[in-house]
Amino acid sequence: MGVEGIGARVARKEDKRFLTGKGRYTDDMSVPGMKYAIFVRSPHAHAKIRSIDATAAKEMPGVIDVLDGRQLTADGIGNLICGWMIHSKDGSPMKMGAWRPLADQTVRYVGDAVAVVVADSVDEARDAAEAVVVDYELLPVVTDPVKAMADGQPQLHPEAPNNLIFDWQLGDAAATDAAIAAAAHVTEVKIFNNRLSPNPMEPRAALGIYDSGDDHYTCYTTSQNPHLARLVMSAFYNVAPENKLRVIAPDVGGGFGSKIYIYPEEIVCLWASKRTGVPVKWTCDRTEAFLTDAHGRDHISTAKMAFDSSNRITALKVDTIANLGAYMSLFSSCVPTYLYATLLSGQYDIPAIHANVRTVYTNTAPVDAYRGAGRPEATYLLERTMETAARELGISPAELRRINFIRSFPHQTPVIMNYDAGDYEASLNAAMGAADWNGFADRKAEAERRGMKRGIGMSCYIEACGLAPSSAVGSLGAGVGLWESAEVRVNAVGTIEVMTGSHSHGQGHETTFAQLVADRFGVPIDSVNIVHGDTDKVQMGMGTYGSRSGAVGMSAVVKALDKVEAKAKKIAAHLMEADESDIVIENGELKVAGTDKSVPWFQMALAAYTAHNLPSGMEPGLKEGAFYDPSNFTFPAGCYICEVEVDPDTGRTEIVQFVAADDFGNIINPMIVEGQVHGGLAQGIGQALLEGVHYDPDSGQLLTASYMDYAMPRADDLPSFKVSTSNTPCPNNPLGVKGCGEAGAIGSPPALINAITDAIGNNTLTMPATPEKVWAAAHAAN
Amino acid sequence: MAKITMTVNGRQVSGTCDDRTLLVHFIRENLGLTGTHVGCDTSQCGACVIHMDGLSVKSCSILAVQAAGSSITTIEGLAKDGELHPVQAAFKAHHGLQCGFCTPGMVMTAVDMIARHGSGLDEATVRYELEGNICRCTGYHNIVKAILAAAAEMGGARQAAE
Ligand code: FES
Ligand code: FES
Repeated sequence: MGVEGIGARVARKEDKRFLTGKGRYTDDMSVPGMKYAIFVRSPHAHAKIRSIDATAAKEMPGVIDVLDGRQLTADGIGNLICGWMIHSKDGSPMKMGAWRPLADQTVRYVGDAVAVVVADSVDEARDAAEAVVVDYELLPVVTDPVKAMADGQPQLHPEAPNNLIFDWQLGDAAATDAAIAAAAHVTEVKIFNNRLSPNPMEPRAALGIYDSGDDHYTCYTTSQNPHLARLVMSAFYNVAPENKLRVIAPDVGGGFGSKIYIYPEEIVCLWASKRTGVPVKWTCDRTEAFLTDAHGRDHISTAKMAFDSSNRITALKVDTIANLGAYMSLFSSCVPTYLYATLLSGQYDIPAIHANVRTVYTNTAPVDAYRGAGRPEATYLLERTMETAARELGISPAELRRINFIRSFPHQTPVIMNYDAGDYEASLNAAMGAADWNGFADRKAEAERRGMKRGIGMSCYIEACGLAPSSAVGSLGAGVGLWESAEVRVNAVGTIEVMTGSHSHGQGHETTFAQLVADRFGVPIDSVNIVHGDTDKVQMGMGTYGSRSGAVGMSAVVKALDKVEAKAKKIAAHLMEADESDIVIENGELKVAGTDKSVPWFQMALAAYTAHNLPSGMEPGLKEGAFYDPSNFTFPAGCYICEVEVDPDTGRTEIVQFVAADDFGNIINPMIVEGQVHGGLAQGIGQALLEGVHYDPDSGQLLTASYMDYAMPRADDLPSFKVSTSNTPCPNNPLGVKGCGEAGAIGSPPALINAITDAIGNNTLTMPATPEKVWAAAHAAN
Repeated sequence: MAKITMTVNGRQVSGTCDDRTLLVHFIRENLGLTGTHVGCDTSQCGACVIHMDGLSVKSCSILAVQAAGSSITTIEGLAKDGELHPVQAAFKAHHGLQCGFCTPGMVMTAVDMIARHGSGLDEATVRYELEGNICRCTGYHNIVKAILAAAAEMGGARQAAE
């Protein structure tokens, strides 16, 4: 692998700038003449806008202009859209209601933007925003998705009667029902998957710069996919044609899904910059982030799992209601459908599965993908059901899983996915070994003597990453292809630039992508620059989410490297008068195998650009591009084990150990992979133990709008983790990688809840397992 | 409007700001030192931690005018002569950062923590004292590891110097 090649634990190239305060995030950007935007937001969850009066606000010091939705509509700016079409089981298309970037008639959740103030300073803009008088006619509110579907409830969008967006199904209902009817045992579980706020530490921000000289727009924005932002703003929102719009996502301080979507604010900043003639910058504050960043999860489900007399699963039937909030966000429709129901087979051989999913509008913030997106919901449902079944059947949870593991590959599930490789028992054994599962009884007895209740729980997850084969997602309703692009430019002095459509916002691409080049050509990673996040520098890309940068983004780089390598070998062969097939590249040299003849890498590169002595007919230069479209999803999987102690007097849960055993296929940089797992675990544990978005059901006010009210995991809520990996390489991409970004958040919540319910002897517990709930459940059990 | 003077990273600076301007905004906007970040509105996240007269302070919870006359160190002032401070170096060696947004505040908090506890710092204390710094990326595992490693190294260095 070499010291900097594939598999090496290389320290990150990008760290120095972050550690010395030299990171460049969107809010750090400053351009001459720049002014500041503050949004006027609805304080009501549902209301008609009777009028907006900005007369007084416009007179306030420093104010340049106050703009509202009627002007935006008049200028032809389009509605925000959901880019994935889902059809209900009756064949009708999903019911997408209008989402205006600035509401011009109706507001549908607290935080809905109605106007924007542009002023010399943030403080002046904020003062003026308070002086904008909006006359609202209040409408009744509904925040609960089950209630929202009932007759006589407030209606959010005229297109969607009973607030139902779609009623969709996957799988064979008749076969599933028949298997349940014939089962030796049926386990039935009600599952609630709590609503979360993604909370990247960098709040969203946008800087819109309109250049009237060239009729050109530049947008700095906190995006996981600047090219997608440009495409959508051009093609659907009518901001500007693509050739007149440059989108730059510089350093981005975490995303976790919430920065995939194109939000109203970046559109409005660009439009306002043209309207006012000045560059306009907006930076979210944390309360605005809680109000308006797309939330995650929020499912209510029932699951029925059928077993035969030898404890083999014969069927799974799932009914889910997913709350999508007030508007359909960009990928909101695919999260509770194709990213969820397709994973309901888990690691198990289940002959029949049927899932029914209804999605619903409510007067709450839009809900979309958050780390894992659909797969955590599937895993939580499945692994809570497995645990419950093991308890009901009186067999060990490990044994029940072993009986039902898929053991031969490829494996076609009844819910679309075709698993390519895996060894689920290996992860299970590794996790049980690392957790000293067999020693648990002694530890429990010892805890008992101290008056503590100790419990252990496991979860075996699978996920689908590497989104995704374009033709497959196209047939399922996606509005875009999910390939990735790369370009490798070898400079005349031999240094290398790699342009990638993937975007790094914490994942360390500037290091891992450079490791691919170092591995291939034996050059130091210091001579390799990774360029990303700028639509003027990188032609096209689909960005980073769904753990796709390794499996898809890096595969595109590999394809481009193949082409560079082929041309470099031709040049070297010509220079050394050797046969092209005898050339090998090692340690920064091109050698003729079996001889002492060699050309240094830089000399070959120089020859490509001087073009004095190239093979006849060869074009000068050394620069190659590639698009890579995956042939299948990838399927990371693993086993997580959590051990807890619950204090029966206070209901407080302490995580005494957390073990993760993952199979991510081949690994480029183990240090970075471990970091991804740690971060994912913290978010999954946060969901299970601490976090939850709460709205007041009567007023629709967000009750968890700051870090005083929304419990983020802190360092002293978490243990140090025990992580390990095993490897069944992915057969479907050139690097054999599967993806590791979301696993931690997917696999950990059920392990933790299984552990707590084991400790307290009461299986009825919902996330987040706050001390109050755990105490009540523990005492109800006694 | 107030005119204020203070020492920042060893240099005397002055500027004019609103009475209501927070120190963090003065540092970011007036001085252009954008390494100090704003991650919340309620003094909980610690992205804005700086050192003021030798103490670690959340610069979002103090007015710029209150800092007049003080001596401030920001993340930009920590590395000397192009060499990373041992805490910065430990964060890099142990992968204690991912997106880097919480990192300046984490590092400034860690430097202060190590100064107060020395090499006797243990994991429980580090986790307890990080209560005021939120990281969404790392799960804290490698931040804790980096701080402990830096404490051991700096304690060792101090002993060698004595
Ligand atoms: S910005 Fe100062 S604590 Fe969050
Ligand atoms: S590294 Fe991203 S928030 Fe800490």
